[in-house]
Amino acid sequence: MEKFGFTLTKARVIDYDRNDHSIVDFIMEREPSFKACIECGCCSATCTTGNFTGFSLREINVLLKRGENDQVRKKIKKCMLCGKCSLVCPRGVNTRNVVFVAKQAFQKFDNYAV
Amino acid sequence: MENEGKKKIWSEYQKEIANDHFFYVRSCIRQSFYPGSEQFFLDFMRNVLGKDVYENPSHTTCTGIGYHGDIVPLSTIMTIVARHFALMKESGYKNIAISCVTSFGIYTEILETWKHFPDELAKTREYLFKATGREFDIPENMAHTSDIIYKFRNEIAAKAKNLLIDKKTGEPLKVVEHIGCHYAKMFPKFGVGGAEFPHVLSGMAEAWGGEVIDYPERRHCCGFGFRQYLVQANRGYSISNTAKKFSSMMPYKPDLVLTNCPGCNMFMDKWQYTIKEMEGTAYGTNGDSIPVLTYEELAGLVMGYNPWDLGLQFHMVQSEPLLRRMGVDFSREDKFKTKDGRQMPVPENLINA
Amino acid sequence: MTGSVVVVGGGTAGMEAAGQLAKAGLSVTLIEKEKYLGGHLREWHHLFPDRRPGDEVLSYLKNQIIHNNIRLLTGEGVEGFQKRGNDFIINTRSGDVVKADAVLLTTGFDLFRSERKEEYGYGIYDNVITSSDLEEMFHSGEIMMKNGEKPEKIGIVHCVGSRDEKVGNLYCSKLCCVTAVKQAIELKEALNKCKVFCFYMDMRMGGALYEELYREAQEKYGITFIRGKVSEVGVNFSKRLVIKAEDTLAGRPLKMELDLLVLMAGMEMSAEGLKLAEAGKLEIGENRFFAASDNHFGSNKSNLKGLFYAGTCTAPMNITETISHARSAVSDIINYMNSDRK
Repeated sequence: MEKFGFTLTKARVIDYDRNDHSIVDFIMEREPSFKACIECGCCSATCTTGNFTGFSLREINVLLKRGENDQVRKKIKKCMLCGKCSLVCPRGVNTRNVVFVAKQAFQKFDNYAV
Repeated sequence: MENEGKKKIWSEYQKEIANDHFFYVRSCIRQSFYPGSEQFFLDFMRNVLGKDVYENPSHTTCTGIGYHGDIVPLSTIMTIVARHFALMKESGYKNIAISCVTSFGIYTEILETWKHFPDELAKTREYLFKATGREFDIPENMAHTSDIIYKFRNEIAAKAKNLLIDKKTGEPLKVVEHIGCHYAKMFPKFGVGGAEFPHVLSGMAEAWGGEVIDYPERRHCCGFGFRQYLVQANRGYSISNTAKKFSSMMPYKPDLVLTNCPGCNMFMDKWQYTIKEMEGTAYGTNGDSIPVLTYEELAGLVMGYNPWDLGLQFHMVQSEPLLRRMGVDFSREDKFKTKDGRQMPVPENLINA
Repeated sequence: MTGSVVVVGGGTAGMEAAGQLAKAGLSVTLIEKEKYLGGHLREWHHLFPDRRPGDEVLSYLKNQIIHNNIRLLTGEGVEGFQKRGNDFIINTRSGDVVKADAVLLTTGFDLFRSERKEEYGYGIYDNVITSSDLEEMFHSGEIMMKNGEKPEKIGIVHCVGSRDEKVGNLYCSKLCCVTAVKQAIELKEALNKCKVFCFYMDMRMGGALYEELYREAQEKYGITFIRGKVSEVGVNFSKRLVIKAEDTLAGRPLKMELDLLVLMAGMEMSAEGLKLAEAGKLEIGENRFFAASDNHFGSNKSNLKGLFYAGTCTAPMNITETISHARSAVSDIINYMNSDRK
């Protein structure tokens, strides 16, 4: 209600316990190498998309692990699946497949075509 | 386990609080929003304990609100505080008793600044002398008035007429204590009990029979924040902080919120009304809101002062549910009457009344 | 060779050094303030990185000191010492006087007192414990909350009392990161259902096989690592712990409920060591540990000729490093007895 010229806002805090972790569990099961990610950012640094848009695979990895799925759904569409990120990952994460499986998960759990 | 650990922390944060001969400096906003508070303090100190508390009519605002609102520069506020110290020196006092937490924070911050940057102290002396011809001394003892009530909390308990106990069930009342940020977060050593588990208000609540509750957002700001509130467009930020605190304390069903800061008291009281208007949420039990009291008001209630003399009717959230639980005698008719018995206008849509 | 050495402190460094000195033919007096030898090693159930039982290393050390050249003084403190000419005269707390040609201080470390980080509520909230408390639980085989239930969600805070100006410790205690990883794995093994979250500022996995252990914790045990230090702990209505941290990689604050919170307490110069430093005018560094006379080739030497250091009284060290440091002290002492002292 805009009665006083200002409104209540939701806190920015990541509410880990309330967030849904089904997407990340799905990914971890199908692409276990995802567990080894240490968020170094090599994937994002070399990413063609990331150089021209706000897309960051490193950020998406973190958000998925925290269950911040709403943030990921749209962002993940920007990936062109070129696989350059997999080439540079020092922990051997199959990053390309992480994106792939994440998209599957969104489709399966959210009925959300990505 | 809980209390043993806290006692250990409290023993490390004991500050020296003077016993008598106070130079009293008032708050800007408490006199209008919660007018019974400072009145009680003076009456209790002078007439009950027989202490010497002096007020100087030339004392002004410390300009803390302007300082935190980005319109008063540091050198200006230091000179104004120096002027208050000069008034204290001229009146022959060495112990300062500060009613406002913002002022208390300003005073401690300035004294620490002068300790670490003596040049600033020298400059301030020069500014004050040039502007007013006055000279000043650093106070020997500095206390917030909640420190002083804390010091005499057992004297108050000894004279208690209404303890913080539910008259019907005999259960202790649930007290949320809220400490102003500027009381100890900047300098934990100047706060009774430090900054993480302060004892200044919880000590009072326990001495007077209440049960203090610890809830996840206990240490969160009340939502005042000066410039975050002064501009209307920013108030959503202020009120969201208040909402965060109240939703966190709500499951404990608190009977009252006890504060030691003018700003906290004002915002925790008035924003409850605003949130209720905006979203229909009331944070107390049975659709009531939670009364927010200053430590002087609560001390007064405990000692059996008339709630209307303490100014409880001037709060946004009325205290009747609390008064009933404590078993305080009060007269509905006299609530909005002047001292000489004339009827004042009665506000519409009072919360909790 | 002949000569006498007093070793102060019967922990890992003191025991190893005493054994090696005795083997070299020197007569050794090993003074330990506690009733038992072993120091902090006794508190460890399993060691990193291979999770070998701490007792195995302890029995090795106990064997080391079975030697005719070693005189043991347990339950005995050192009051002070003087150097007269080339001789050291050590006064014990019970009034004994021991003479020696050289002195080796192996006074070790004290565990950081976690209640000093008030925001974590150690000693206030029942289910906030330290890494040392958890080792004790591993020892007893009973990992439980105060109410006797098994924790299902456990947080671990790195750097408690280390890299923290607020408590006056600017240095890294070096062992806590790997201890956190080791303990996280052990929690996961002991309580199959539990979830473990490590809150770290940096993962400092510099030792041999540490990084491998970290990776195993992620891949095999599914432990979650969140970059951001916990800065507030409270309890909620159901008496569960609630922590606040910043998830620095997501750039947003994060809150989480936990059943158990384990604080990785850092290492500090021991109070005993500090007393000796003051009594004997021994130089200490900015981090309050004994200052070595040279960082590269004199890490066992003090500012006083004939007085040496070994182990964690000079810097945080693991068991492997402590044992190596004790051996290098022995080599310095032998050189001193053979040439410098004469």
